[in-house]
Amino acid sequence: MDQLAWLPPHPDLGAALASARTEDNPQALLATAARLSGFRRDFAATGRIDRLAQRAIAEGATPKSAGLAPYRVAVLASHTVDHLLPAMRVAGLSRRLALAVHTTAYGQYRQSLLGEDPALAAFAPQMVLLALDARDAPLELPLTASDETVEAAVAARVDELRRLWRRARQRFAAQVVQQTLVPLDPPLFGSFEALVPASPWSVVERLNAAIRAAARAEGVLLLDLAWEAARLGQGQGLGDAVRWHQAKQLVSHALAPLYGDLVARIAAAAAGLSKKCLVLDLDNTLWGGVIGDDGIAGIKLGQGSPTGEAFLSVQRYAAALGQRGVILAVCSKNDMAVAEAAFAEHPEMALKRADIACFVANWQDKASNLRQIAQRLNIGIDSLVFLDDNPAERDIIRRELPEVAVPELPEDAADYAACLASAGYFETIAFTADDAGRGRAYAAGEERRAAMEEATDMEGYLQGLAMVLQAREVGPAELPRTVQLVNKTNQFNLTTRRTTEAAVEALAADPRSLALSLRLRDKFGDNGLIAVILAQPEGDALRIDTWLMSCRVLGRQVEEATLAVLAEAAAARGYRALLGEYIPSGRNGMVEAHYPRLGFTPCDPPPGAVPEARFWRYVLDAAPLPPHAIAIETQREQVLTP
Amino acid sequence: MNDTQVYSQLNEIFREVFDDEGITVDAATTAHDVEGWDSAAHVSLIVAAEMKFGIRFRTAELDSLHNVGDFAQLIQSKVGA
Repeated sequence: MDQLAWLPPHPDLGAALASARTEDNPQALLATAARLSGFRRDFAATGRIDRLAQRAIAEGATPKSAGLAPYRVAVLASHTVDHLLPAMRVAGLSRRLALAVHTTAYGQYRQSLLGEDPALAAFAPQMVLLALDARDAPLELPLTASDETVEAAVAARVDELRRLWRRARQRFAAQVVQQTLVPLDPPLFGSFEALVPASPWSVVERLNAAIRAAARAEGVLLLDLAWEAARLGQGQGLGDAVRWHQAKQLVSHALAPLYGDLVARIAAAAAGLSKKCLVLDLDNTLWGGVIGDDGIAGIKLGQGSPTGEAFLSVQRYAAALGQRGVILAVCSKNDMAVAEAAFAEHPEMALKRADIACFVANWQDKASNLRQIAQRLNIGIDSLVFLDDNPAERDIIRRELPEVAVPELPEDAADYAACLASAGYFETIAFTADDAGRGRAYAAGEERRAAMEEATDMEGYLQGLAMVLQAREVGPAELPRTVQLVNKTNQFNLTTRRTTEAAVEALAADPRSLALSLRLRDKFGDNGLIAVILAQPEGDALRIDTWLMSCRVLGRQVEEATLAVLAEAAAARGYRALLGEYIPSGRNGMVEAHYPRLGFTPCDPPPGAVPEARFWRYVLDAAPLPPHAIAIETQREQVLTP
Repeated sequence: MNDTQVYSQLNEIFREVFDDEGITVDAATTAHDVEGWDSAAHVSLIVAAEMKFGIRFRTAELDSLHNVGDFAQLIQSKVGA
């Protein structure tokens, strides 16, 4: 088994590591470590990459300059995890994160959360991972215990977990992640196991089901190690009895690189660094053969041949990803007409032309085409995953555009979908109705673009869209999507502050503060929740801690309309002014002039501001608000009354 | 596999695990002689050797390792001549 099968192998990782050790410049060293983290590696090489990165940071390298977002994870475990921390950090590097990882002695997780743990408090985790195992806190039930007795014991155990989760949330406002349990003891009854309510495997299974249900209700994320164990099978370094008896390891060194990646991908999702768009090659990726040579009748796709079915399975998986909110694009060396004809005319296509938000088929190099796709979809180039069967094309993209994720693909198209799934590019922290509708929203985006090309003047075009902006104070219905948007928006984001459901709830509950979610609909459809404002008092002003917007509604005067809502809400709360803040993140340059453009004037920073932040003030009622072409629907009782 | 081959592979393992190209071990080397050779690093060495030589150590065998000589002998007994 190759546990990081989607990462390309390095021709000589040992030599690259040895030469990296001689690098004197910490910043260059950190960049090298980050680059090497993207290659297939065992635990020893992973440990060496970690040492390089740790040394670079100790010697003064700054993660931000290396394009890495700092993020703090506390791992509270009931077994030994120290040997897994380097793998978490290195997987973090491969996902553009500089993870700081804190852990406590194994088995101390209750004391750390319920009692006083100054070291943990000082660390101030943004994510708390509760890594528990099936031997921890056994339920001690007699084998003859009834179904009801088992149910009650499981519920009591999960209630204890809920208390720990809530405590972690209250104390640190951290995102809690709960690991599911992997059965460690062998089954007692064989296939009869599940028919005995108190059998070891029955209990673990029921605990896991209860943990998952409770996590869903509490906004806790899962590290679903139980499912990972089922996928990996026995003897892959998970629940290895020798390692358990020797060192109380649930996950052995051998599996550390994968486990570290499972942690890092959740942290990446929480930090807004998950991928957003799957870019598909066509020939020998979505069908067998070359459409330009073989023609529509000649390509292998669909029922009737094993090859055709294998490619159909790739299409079905891509289509399913589209339905869960991954944007789909095509990048192919083909004639546009020929490529599109396959979508329109081949009866077995599972992917439809309408599923593809951006379709590029030409004879230019694919790096330029990928840049163009990112630009047309208004997303960062680092949110693309590029799926191509051709190793030469993959190699070129990795070299030209290192920020694009390019998975290695197995020989057989039958294995493409599983490989893509195992890479965890699209890990998420929420799934909402807006996600499910995103594909349609992007397709409608293309129609809007066409309408714009037809319209002779911009003003007329915007008026013709019949846009309605709906502003609401964030309630339970908007909470998951709001937090998701805050945590993944990078470009149109004034401060790039991340948040949690608990923090937004607290803000919405405070009558002096404001937590606004904004939706936009127009004649082509509903764009969903597209902007978020989080604001709180700062003297006589309402300070805008967070202002962000989905880039797909750029250039539609949503900013101006949002300011109108904001000004009205601030006035209703008795404020005299709005205080705007901009913190450059390296990725939000597009909003550098956001506040001056809206008529704010520069002012001094309030006490406690971060040094790189810049501030602007907007005195209410001093001047007319900038015009816009959007009708506003405000939920009066929530937004306009404190 | 002869002594020289086993020790050459073992040196590679030690250098990787401790990330120190200067390490050379012999039969008498113990945990006291190598900086950073604690219980966690010990498990790393065991797992690295299992992966490199394609073998598996039994729990009882792990109890009887006192120096690198014991380790090398055990490996040799498992990989055969």
